[in-house]
Amino acid sequence: MIEPTLTHQTSRRNWFKQLQSLGVLALGLWFSPLTAFAKKEDAAKAIQEITGGKLVQDGKVNLVIPPLVENGNLVVLKVSVDSPMTANDYVKAIHVIAEGNPLPNIFTAYLSPRSGSAKITTRVRLADSQTVWAIAQMNNGSFYRGSAETLVTLSACTELV
Amino acid sequence: MSKTSRTSITMPSSAKKGAIIEIRAIAQHDMESGFRYSEGGKLIPRDIIRVFTCTYNDVEVFKADFYPGIGANPLIIFTTIATETGTLEFKWSGDDGYEAINQAHIIVS
Repeated sequence: MIEPTLTHQTSRRNWFKQLQSLGVLALGLWFSPLTAFAKKEDAAKAIQEITGGKLVQDGKVNLVIPPLVENGNLVVLKVSVDSPMTANDYVKAIHVIAEGNPLPNIFTAYLSPRSGSAKITTRVRLADSQTVWAIAQMNNGSFYRGSAETLVTLSACTELV
Repeated sequence: MSKTSRTSITMPSSAKKGAIIEIRAIAQHDMESGFRYSEGGKLIPRDIIRVFTCTYNDVEVFKADFYPGIGANPLIIFTTIATETGTLEFKWSGDDGYEAINQAHIIVS
């Protein structure tokens, strides 16, 4: 007489366990990285906002980031634009956009002929393995872009404290 | 409520007229991205430096907008042409009234 009740209890326990795992699964889906990180469309939108829908040509921009990054919290990023930087032909601004970050914009640097050269180095955060874009805005209104791909093993931005 | 922090500038103290000089500017700042959660599950509010400007004898020669994608203790390396002897002023400003100012002198021959 004892045995049936035992099996009944274990089956109820199993049922609860299953329910619990389902709940965890649902939570996992809710907080999936897809909702937390910007998708490529967000990056495309950010680029669209910068250029105002103008054509972006490839070339002139050279973006350097390490191809393999251990810690996404501090990644050295170098961007340079091939330009004589004279009063008639210079780079007005450089925008850096990361496809896989929660906020695609990383920084915007405003230059002038007094900059002498269009070279910027800074340290950025990368949330994921991704392609990073640099958009250069020239004084004549044209846009050029360059990109670099990187593999990030430890993500930045969203980790717990 | 204004706050400030330590900053540092590295650049040559003298240069030939017309030479391109490299300036390294760093500020002590956590650059809290606003995407992180505390152990209690609460979202930590964003607290970053938003704008960095460099003026050369009161003429703006460089400006940068920062977003949460910039790492903690933001370092930025840029260039400018040494035009005349004078003072370069660097200014960082950000959330929660953050403001930091640093100066450096240059002798141009």
